[in-house]
Amino acid sequence: MNMKTNSLEASSVPKMLPSRRSLLKTAASGFGYLAFASLAQQAAARDAASGTSLLQAQSTHFPARAKRVIFLCMNGGPSHMDLFDYKPELKRTAAKGTKSDLMPSPFQFARHGQSGAWVSEVCPHIAQHVDDICFVHSMNTDIPNHSQAFIQMHTGSFQFARPSLGAWSLYGLGTENTNLPGFVTINPPADNGGAANYGSAFLPAIFQGTKIGTNQIPGFYAAILKVDQDPGPPLKNMSNPHLSVEEQRRQLDLIRDFNTRKLHADEFNPEIEGAIESFELAFRMQDEVPALLDLSDEPQSMLSLYGVGSGLETDRFGRQCLLARRMAEAGVRFIELTSPVGWDHHFMLKDKLAESCRATDQPVAALLSDLKQRGMLEDTLVVWAGEFGRTPDAQSGTGRDHNNKGYTIWMAGGGVKPGFSFGATDEHGHKAVENPVHIHDWHATLLHLLGLDHKQLVFNYAGRDYRLTDVYGRVVKEILA
Amino acid sequence: MRTNPMNHCHLFCCSTLVSLAVLGSGLRGAEPAESPADIAFFETKIRPVLVEHCYECHSGQAGKSEGSLELDSRQSTHDGGDRGPAVVAGDLQASWLWLAVSHADNDVRMPPKRERLPDSVLADFKRWIERGAADPRTDAPATKAQAWVKAGEDFWAYQRPIESASPRVSDELWPKKPLDYFVLAKLDEHGMEPSSDAQPKTLLRRLRFDLVGLPPSAEDLSRFQKQIDEVGLDAALSLEVDELLASSEFGERWGRHWLDVARFAESSGTESNISFPYAWRYRDYVIDCFNNDVPLDRFLIEQLAGDLLPYENDAERARLLIATGFLALGPKNLDSVDERQFNADVIDEQIDTVTRAVIGGTVACARCHDHKFDPYSMEDYYSLAGIFASSKTFFGTAVSPANRIGGDPLLLPKLDGQKVLHASLPKEKVDKLKAQLAELRAEKAEMEEANMMMFSGKKPAREVTLSDALRVFWQSGGVEGELEKVSDSGEALPLTMGVLDRDKIVDAPLLERGDINKPLTPVPRGIPQAIRIHGVAQMPGEESGRLQLAQWLADPAHPLTPRVFVNRIWHHMFGTGIVATVDDFGSTGERPSHPELLDTLAAKFVQDGWSIKHLVREIALSRTYRQSSVYRDDAFQIDPENRLLWRASKRRLEAECIRDAMLVVSGELDSDRPVGSLVGKVIGDRPISLIGLDKRLPADLDGSVHRSVYLLVIRDRLPDVLDLFDFAEPKLVTGNRETTNVPIQALYLLNSPFVIDRATSFAARLNRECDNNEQRIRRAFILCYSREPDEVEMERSTRFLTDENSATDTKRFFGFCQALLSTAEFRNLD
Repeated sequence: MNMKTNSLEASSVPKMLPSRRSLLKTAASGFGYLAFASLAQQAAARDAASGTSLLQAQSTHFPARAKRVIFLCMNGGPSHMDLFDYKPELKRTAAKGTKSDLMPSPFQFARHGQSGAWVSEVCPHIAQHVDDICFVHSMNTDIPNHSQAFIQMHTGSFQFARPSLGAWSLYGLGTENTNLPGFVTINPPADNGGAANYGSAFLPAIFQGTKIGTNQIPGFYAAILKVDQDPGPPLKNMSNPHLSVEEQRRQLDLIRDFNTRKLHADEFNPEIEGAIESFELAFRMQDEVPALLDLSDEPQSMLSLYGVGSGLETDRFGRQCLLARRMAEAGVRFIELTSPVGWDHHFMLKDKLAESCRATDQPVAALLSDLKQRGMLEDTLVVWAGEFGRTPDAQSGTGRDHNNKGYTIWMAGGGVKPGFSFGATDEHGHKAVENPVHIHDWHATLLHLLGLDHKQLVFNYAGRDYRLTDVYGRVVKEILA
Repeated sequence: MRTNPMNHCHLFCCSTLVSLAVLGSGLRGAEPAESPADIAFFETKIRPVLVEHCYECHSGQAGKSEGSLELDSRQSTHDGGDRGPAVVAGDLQASWLWLAVSHADNDVRMPPKRERLPDSVLADFKRWIERGAADPRTDAPATKAQAWVKAGEDFWAYQRPIESASPRVSDELWPKKPLDYFVLAKLDEHGMEPSSDAQPKTLLRRLRFDLVGLPPSAEDLSRFQKQIDEVGLDAALSLEVDELLASSEFGERWGRHWLDVARFAESSGTESNISFPYAWRYRDYVIDCFNNDVPLDRFLIEQLAGDLLPYENDAERARLLIATGFLALGPKNLDSVDERQFNADVIDEQIDTVTRAVIGGTVACARCHDHKFDPYSMEDYYSLAGIFASSKTFFGTAVSPANRIGGDPLLLPKLDGQKVLHASLPKEKVDKLKAQLAELRAEKAEMEEANMMMFSGKKPAREVTLSDALRVFWQSGGVEGELEKVSDSGEALPLTMGVLDRDKIVDAPLLERGDINKPLTPVPRGIPQAIRIHGVAQMPGEESGRLQLAQWLADPAHPLTPRVFVNRIWHHMFGTGIVATVDDFGSTGERPSHPELLDTLAAKFVQDGWSIKHLVREIALSRTYRQSSVYRDDAFQIDPENRLLWRASKRRLEAECIRDAMLVVSGELDSDRPVGSLVGKVIGDRPISLIGLDKRLPADLDGSVHRSVYLLVIRDRLPDVLDLFDFAEPKLVTGNRETTNVPIQALYLLNSPFVIDRATSFAARLNRECDNNEQRIRRAFILCYSREPDEVEMERSTRFLTDENSATDTKRFFGFCQALLSTAEFRNLD
């Protein structure tokens, strides 16, 4: 997967660069300056030394079970005891009237599949896939507030600026398709930390997520203002309105010739060499990305499967899920989709949660079917998770409050045990009591599935080795297939 | 396999840190190196348990030593008590601490009269002891203060800089300025030679971008060459530098450098990102300061304590209040659920920004524990916290559905010609708002009463729902926000962000592990112990102490401030600081490449009245600065990073320079200062997440032909050009921007409306000014690269312009102009 597959080849590097070994030797012999060089300089030095791009596919610490991740991010904190964590005791206790603020789920539950997993009636489509799903019912996180929990879910830390999960994954694995960015995030929220949730922090910026779709307007406002939550176009600047592709190619040839000439004149200049590479990738992206984002070549049966269609409740998330599958197929390493409907059901949970499910249940199930049918589920890890769950107690009579002490996420494919449930909350769903899994443990497990040891995947920044899991994290071996 | 790019340096780093850790503890002998992971394990798993369960009876600091055992220092823990050592590294059965907490011995079961600690905690202790009982705590808490002072005496950066005589050099003819002797002497030491002078055109381009952030015009280039021919290079450069320093564009370039450090932004950032509509005043203040060459010591004092300084008239008062915006601009979690936590976080951000920006220190690390490597204790932190707790921060955002925390704006004195960007209200509207507020307040009181009734078991007069409470809270916030911005008659008031002393001056309590729920005894307000400067005033009883803090930071005898700033200026002129970690002068930072030079520059800087322009001039006229950037294999093999300055470093231009240069080349730059920014003028006071709906805002948040320093800066939502070309992250103190090279930058250059518009105007300009392709090509090269095309480039350009595959001349010409704006040479300096 060498990125220099275009016409420039190695000829764009006129001077034999010093080998990595000699560079390190120089550094060690007198100055040690590399130890304190800026990231860009380190990256440049590493690139120069190895002659490869930062994005080049990397070998893993051990054999990977998953080659890529599709992270279905359920922004807002979905209520576990109304979806996947069946709590009959809630109804019984509430019926006794002793603890009157407990709120039984307004939904019916039934067992599904051979695994017999309990699923709420509001997820009829996902229910059909429980034999492919591994539920973790004992998740917990540190803070029951959206912003902190959302950032912690994405970066491991709500206190400090840290690289996101996707950035770490790309840093660890490199990319499979040099025509596309390796980490794409579709419709990330503008609030709850915004860009920090797909940022690269101190990792080289090339590992940051490429955002597709403008910042969506928070559902709260969209509802008040009666506007579409998702007004913007996808990636910006994808074509030149004045030049045809052929004309732009000729223009790019001119740019490349000038850049190459400058590089030759400078003899050694990683910045210019990088510019040549990134212009070529940009040009290739123009070619591939619009087609990738354009669903018109999908057959109607596929659109129907995902629930794509004007006026359908499932249209928006259906499009996102279908895009995710297309990107996975095209070799994007880490794809995150943020649910276009919120899950923060403080009020009117019975109606609103059902509404959120109607918008997402079918698309998610379609994604699982589609991946499976294409044989891709084996090496694609699908993750469904929100930043926390909700309380068994009622809030204002009709909804539930935030709960960080116990909640459910699920994963499918990519090396997790299918048809399996792990961990448990107490009889009411308040707290994880059996095999609790913290966000750090989940991060460690996720990296493990990608073939990366969370303790070895480090980056030295300002004199310290940093990890996604900081000093924490346990690989939850029990859920590995 | 992805390996750490810096693994090879670990040995180097660790040995440095270990030696410093020893130094930090002052009295400790050489200990075996403890890994950061082990230390972290201790800090997260062991120390909290000791604090919670053991210190009550076993703390030397608290004067409690039951059974002669103290567990609050490493040494006393190892020494143990009456029964024997509490901890023997690697030996569980010999460690009484283990025997006691695991209830292995019936006589000693700790903690006493309580259940055994959870198994997971016991497992942590077991692991900790078995792995060597890593413990970074200092030995004798009683002498900690002395240890810090000792560390301050020992570490290079805490010594007062001493001016050195210029060293002897191999070539007396080479140096032009004193600094050149130091650079050449270092090169001599390594058997290296400096590079020859750069071409005048290259030099002028470098000089103009470095000093004013703009490329030279064709006329600038020919005039400079003419000067050289007439008076020689030295004099011509001197004239040029003086002219640039005197231009108002200098402040727009150099003011921006400080705005990076001051984490300037026009919104709160974090979750509920709310705009700061008055932040632009601080931006303009900074630019003016750099243009007026306000001495740096004065500049710092104004920003930390402008409100406490004497003033002669209202205009000066207004200026000084705006200066304190520095303290108010930080990112704020306006969605915080706990106001006490919010205030503690604001103070923390202020301590962090002030110390990082001014002294390159990480004092804020001492919020929860004494600093691990630098001599800053928790007492130091909370002595500073008291100063800021005695000050009120005015950030001027109202409560809304998006944010629970509001902040008052700071009222400025009224001045003639003062710009106020928000609208006045008719008097009737003000009266109506007041009435509405009174109603809301009455309703709130009613609801509070109803709640009280509920609590006391009586039937309330009305039923209170959560949505009622929220509605009243949000509406009151909105109305209060409206009313704050106008006078009683509805006239729009001049407002800013800033800081004033509170009525009540307090000392902040030391918070155990930084937890606001665990206050210990108050720490008297003060300055960090390790850097004592003779004659600095004590904290006053009736003022916050910000002025004293500012005077301490700006004291001529302060070892760090002059060094840090000289180094920041050096960094901007050469691309890398003498200390490369420009924001970190602590023990984790890099050591200076030229220590004597740094010290001499720092000492001279203070002697020369803290004048930034003076130092920039010294550097710009040095021989070192004048060097060519041409690659030399011999020198590269020895010093690939150019830390010894054997040539000028090649650098990519910052986002602002790239954008401004496009506007210069296209002939469109409007060099006047616009009033405010889009935030003040269009967005006003509201959540940033909604601005996507505002059709008045351009999609790229640009849409202007003013200099880039005047583009809006909102956290997490920057204008495209700034976002793509590595603008300083406005949440953090940033003395050194990243340089990335990613395809979305290329897409911006190839396809964005901004670049297409510039290319179109550039083409039109060339058509206006030139008659034929050869002339156009020649002029285009001079405008874009400050040089003529060579034969090959001329031929290649001509071929492109006459390529019959393209439909029209206009298209080809547009394509050519855009290509030049997109080349690497356009955005890179030689």
